[in-house]
Amino acid sequence: MMEDFNSETDSDYTSYWRDWFIQSRGNEYFCEIDEEYLTDRFNLTGLNTEVPYYQYALDLVTDVFDLDADDDLREQIEKSARHLYGLVHARYIVTTRGLAKMVEKYKKGDFGKCPRVMCEGHPLLPTGQHDIANMSTVRLYCSKCEDIYNPKSSRHASIDGAYFGASFTSMLFQVHPALLPEKTIRRYEPRIYGFRVHASAALARWQDRYRDDTKSRLRDAGIEAKYIGEEEEDDELEDEEDQVELAQVRERVRGDAASGRMEIGN
Amino acid sequence: MSSSEGAPESWISSFCALMGHEFFAEVSEDFIEDDFNLTGLQSQVPMYKEALEMILDVEPEDDEEEEEEEEEEEEDEDELLGDEKPPGYRRERRHARVASDVSVIETSAELLYGLIHQRYITSRPGIQQMLEKYEMQHFGVCPRVYCNGCKVLPVGRSDTPGQETVKLFCPSCQDVYTPPNSRFHQVDGAFFGTTFGCLFFMTFPDLDIGTRFDAALSTLSPTRSASFPSTATTTTTISGASNHPSDTPRPLWPAELNGVRTANFSPGLGEGRMYESRIYGFRVSERSRSGPRMKWLRMKPADIVELDEMSYYQALHSYDDDGDAAMGGGNTAQNANSAIAQRKKAPMRRRRLNATNINGVDG
Repeated sequence: MMEDFNSETDSDYTSYWRDWFIQSRGNEYFCEIDEEYLTDRFNLTGLNTEVPYYQYALDLVTDVFDLDADDDLREQIEKSARHLYGLVHARYIVTTRGLAKMVEKYKKGDFGKCPRVMCEGHPLLPTGQHDIANMSTVRLYCSKCEDIYNPKSSRHASIDGAYFGASFTSMLFQVHPALLPEKTIRRYEPRIYGFRVHASAALARWQDRYRDDTKSRLRDAGIEAKYIGEEEEDDELEDEEDQVELAQVRERVRGDAASGRMEIGN
Repeated sequence: MSSSEGAPESWISSFCALMGHEFFAEVSEDFIEDDFNLTGLQSQVPMYKEALEMILDVEPEDDEEEEEEEEEEEEDEDELLGDEKPPGYRRERRHARVASDVSVIETSAELLYGLIHQRYITSRPGIQQMLEKYEMQHFGVCPRVYCNGCKVLPVGRSDTPGQETVKLFCPSCQDVYTPPNSRFHQVDGAFFGTTFGCLFFMTFPDLDIGTRFDAALSTLSPTRSASFPSTATTTTTISGASNHPSDTPRPLWPAELNGVRTANFSPGLGEGRMYESRIYGFRVSERSRSGPRMKWLRMKPADIVELDEMSYYQALHSYDDDGDAAMGGGNTAQNANSAIAQRKKAPMRRRRLNATNINGVDG
């Protein structure tokens, strides 16, 4: 935080730019790019056309910036540097070293937890929907439900998705398949007074059939897709839940029936 | 009623103004004063009477109003306890109440209010109040990207208090989410109940839940509402239908299926509204170990008529089962019948809810 403050006021803001960047508020999703990766021009191929003041920006990121620029220009270079860092970041995190850094952050839960109730707070991963800048903001991918969510904090909601890229999450699980979570067939069942709602239940049955089709297709190909909750033990659990609910339902239904009778009475 | 409005701030409105209680509707005092609406709560809430008094801002010292209530209650108790009662009974009780911990009553009052709230928001005035809050987006939006910021509704996953905190139900993906703000992680889900979420959207079937930030997207990708031509053009679209890719919506969709408007039925699901994992632009094969396994969760049939199980069942069993065969002729007739039946049922339910209130007030 002190560094953050200094960097804005002092002329000393060329030191440890990357340290400052990943520690400043809102940049929690980024990992630190290696010096060697940044200085290898091959890794930056094509970025000079993407980023204005490319050379100054790169100098700033690699802490060799020594231009005596006025505040306006400095501001623009600073902006360019952040953009450049983001674009390099997208490339870096699909390399072995970058992946390892992101896996560490993932394990610490730096990217938050899945908001979906059935995922039980599974850690998320940042991802983009596009590889081109200014198309969409960063999303958070949950490997348990295989869906993407918007970050809940507004300071993350403005980060460009291209700084993480559309390939990163898939690449991570290709390289580290051991990190894949067990998938679950549990789902939310909308109910009214304990009774399943037909429209939702019909869709759920259709989705179950879809899953079974996929499973048998995969089995034909020699791949076994496993889900938690398919075994009998979970069925029992569900039955127990059902019974508890049934008791509640009975109570409700009695009340309902009473009101029905009253209506007839009138 | 008028007296409560004159008061500076009632317990109810101050409760609803508390941090973290933003989801609560203000239950009308009429609803609480109607004993019918409180059936069975006495056994669930400790210090029920004191809690109720606190909610209704009835002063325990205020003798005149209270005595009536107490008499009523005492009659009940007489039956249970018999007539033997020490002469100082009433005074003792009052004394005990004053001495008892206020915070205990406060907790009880919150529990009682929550349980009443669970019932209130499924009643006609309550659900209307929640509609206003919903439309003002008091409950937030769905975090799922493909739901396009669909507005969500607070629900519980249990009707018994103390089990789970409040969750948010998204009608667009039919799933429940944890509220993003941690202040709601202490609110009991039972105070909203399992019924409310779905009942709400069945009560207001015309609420537009699909399109919000979608404006830009809808011009690119065909949406359902855009592809509903008038019936006059259907014949021409049938001939052209073979040219369309199979995933474009058919104009022949029924307006309502399984009791829900098809245009409003989980618009955030289905092909094109799902995340596909890709590497350098190529989809990850489902045969890969890390391939997609959860597509089913966000899947919806491209042709919504596939969900019409009634007509499917008919097609399979129409001649086996006498009862079913007698009920309707062809698929379309059955569709029409079920649609009519649904429409008939809806106002019935509403009428009954209303009747309950009227009866309660009368009695």
